[in-house]
Amino acid sequence: MSLRSSGRVRMLAAIASLALGSVPTALVAQLPLPTTNDPRVGLGAGLTDAEVAAKNLRLVSNSPKPDIYMPRDSAGNLDLGGLTYANSDLAFRGNYVFQGNFSGFQIWDVSDPRKPVRKVAYLCATGQGDPSIHGNLLFISAEGPGNRIDCGTQGVQDTVSEERFRGVRIFDVSDVANPKPVGWIQSCRGSHTHTLVPDPRDSSVIYVYISGSAGIRSGQELEGCLDVPPDSAGSSRGRIDVARVPLDNPAEARVVNGARIFPAQPRPASHGAAPGDTTQRRRPAAAGAPRERPGPDQCHDITVYPAIDRAGGACGGYGILLDISDPVNPRRIDFAADTNFAFWHSATFSNDGSKVVFTDEWGGGTQPRCRVTDPLPWGADAIFTIADNQLTQHAYYKLPAAQTPQENCVAHNGSLIPIPGRDVMAQGWYQGGVSVMDFTDPNHPVEIAYFDRGPVDSTRMYIAGSWGAYWYNGYIYSSAIARGLDILELTPSEFLTQNEIDAARSVVLAEFNPQSQPRFVWPATFSLSRAYLDQLERGQGLAADRIAQARRDLDAAERLSGAQRQQALTRLASTLEPLAANAADAARVRLLVQSVRDLAAAR
Amino acid sequence: MMRPRFPTPLSVLVMAGTLTTVAPACAQTAGSSAARPATASAPAKDYVPADVQFMQGMIHHHQQAVVMAAMAPTHGASERIQLLAKKIDLSQRDEMAFMQRWLEDRGLPVPEVGAHDHVMMHMPGMLTPEQMQQLDQARGAEFDRLFLAGMIQHHQGALTMVKELFAAPGGGQEPTLFDFAAGVDADQRAEIERMQQMLNALPTPRSPAP
Repeated sequence: MSLRSSGRVRMLAAIASLALGSVPTALVAQLPLPTTNDPRVGLGAGLTDAEVAAKNLRLVSNSPKPDIYMPRDSAGNLDLGGLTYANSDLAFRGNYVFQGNFSGFQIWDVSDPRKPVRKVAYLCATGQGDPSIHGNLLFISAEGPGNRIDCGTQGVQDTVSEERFRGVRIFDVSDVANPKPVGWIQSCRGSHTHTLVPDPRDSSVIYVYISGSAGIRSGQELEGCLDVPPDSAGSSRGRIDVARVPLDNPAEARVVNGARIFPAQPRPASHGAAPGDTTQRRRPAAAGAPRERPGPDQCHDITVYPAIDRAGGACGGYGILLDISDPVNPRRIDFAADTNFAFWHSATFSNDGSKVVFTDEWGGGTQPRCRVTDPLPWGADAIFTIADNQLTQHAYYKLPAAQTPQENCVAHNGSLIPIPGRDVMAQGWYQGGVSVMDFTDPNHPVEIAYFDRGPVDSTRMYIAGSWGAYWYNGYIYSSAIARGLDILELTPSEFLTQNEIDAARSVVLAEFNPQSQPRFVWPATFSLSRAYLDQLERGQGLAADRIAQARRDLDAAERLSGAQRQQALTRLASTLEPLAANAADAARVRLLVQSVRDLAAAR
Repeated sequence: MMRPRFPTPLSVLVMAGTLTTVAPACAQTAGSSAARPATASAPAKDYVPADVQFMQGMIHHHQQAVVMAAMAPTHGASERIQLLAKKIDLSQRDEMAFMQRWLEDRGLPVPEVGAHDHVMMHMPGMLTPEQMQQLDQARGAEFDRLFLAGMIQHHQGALTMVKELFAAPGGGQEPTLFDFAAGVDADQRAEIERMQQMLNALPTPRSPAP
């Protein structure tokens, strides 16, 4: 199983001699850089036997790719040189994980996370194959001009062709071993990613926001497509394609609106020099105000949070806040720009909607951008708070440990972990691995766990690593581009107690698409109350003796049952309630009190 | 130019030791129904001439941006321009190595850096030797202005190259190349806008640019 290798470094050496010696030292000194003092530095390489460094995360299982996604050259050597068979994003429903691939998708039964069972590996050339699931309908993104309606791998040679497919494929997966194509949404720019958006008034349909950044196809190939500047009439640029899918007849799915969220967008003022670069922001132009040159003409990715009628659009040089109360007509309410951000990539809201983490996919994910020479504010996350519909920028977070030039690495996809009372997310950093980050304090994000392997190869870069890392019903699932499906679990640490992990595991979702963010609601459990007590202890938010007494009272109540337990818990809540006023962390004490009351009320 | 790309089986899917046959979207349309070997085969030839021209040309194109960026620290560029230059330098050097690997993986000729004088004139957006000389002679605010104007022109040329790639029959369809070319377009479009803002914010030059 040797990799095809080629080791010429002539170009690198030549380029280095052009420029590396002349970096502006005064400025570079100001830019914070990744650390080399970390167990993740210097890990041995290998596709299947790379060295691993992990902190507070345990690998439960790794399920490699099937042979149909492992191409070999004529000598029988594995060919990992490109994206053709790369695993991409994930979606979740019940006990199933849907894993996209540039050549199709897999469906895993993860009833036993230690032994995922592959139900199908479906072959269908579909870059980049990002999946979403809704009921029995699986949606798959197809972006580039080589994608075909018939899933074939031969590409499309004609510039106008009925065989070309760019948009969102729809499969019926009611039989997970036999997916059936049931619909095709063709769109003018294809679908790099897409986002499912429920209709608050009509559960018989679902909307799809299609994000595509590739070239506009000919109007002769797809009626209505027009490659003109975004502020020109009928332009396919400068809009979000909104498709409507009737769930009982997905064959009728089609684009119903090109929501024009970009034109007339005033441009932000120019920025100060990084570091410490702050976002400049202006309100959307009033009607009739002079139009400035439109900014981005597409979004890379949109994360909707229907519970609060908001969406975060990562759109070229901007992060955009949208009101989606009318899902067919999303409306821009604010936007941000930042000179440290090369390419706004994706968004994740805090559960209460008061924060949003935007990512910068500097280099597009296929370049090594976590080297010791790559500044921490570049290719990072930026944390924003949202108040009065305005975005305010706070700190950056980037994978702290330096990676090698053989590892493609930059901020990529992730999702919240439902740890009550805190804002924590898991995130994939390609070959930088999986990092778990606490952004409860938006000015001081902290890494609390990680899992990282060495590069695929020690002599050259292959595109690999974690495409996305998502919490789903108790585990972190990471889609490894070259190495398959990783399932990880959090382990207790100084940053996270078993009670907090148990409380997170108590939140069970029936379905989860990371781009369609659900609101977490914690059921009343002893773990939840104990998690708040652990947090009060860690943050010294309540006197230590009070915490110790409350723990004893909770333990005692748990040993009781029925009315006796109810009375004990009610008594405890009443004892705790007056303590909030003088507690250092009054808000968390109130959360604790409410959790104990809910527990008392639970049957 | 119209060769099939990957001779990959469409109809046979293998999983965990069991052989399951699943009809993909339109197997009949694809004309593929016979059982084939159970492993994927590597692409024998997955590109068209326009792809090769794009990758070879873009290496030269990027090289000029790296040369321009290297001037910033020694030409009295403002802090903001030095940071921009640093980012362009990091970005485009990586991408040159990336393009080199793509060509090497396919046994295609990789352009030598430096042996480019006769080629670069033909690439959209490339600065002329006169423009490069002018930039090299400029210092301070004048350098900033010429650097921004030059790099905007240069990046716009890259957008043209991407557009030409996708306009060519079968061009830009190999997934890695597609992802790269679409990324160049998206990144440089965003960077052009940032540079245009920086250019607008500069003080008006004493004399108009020649």
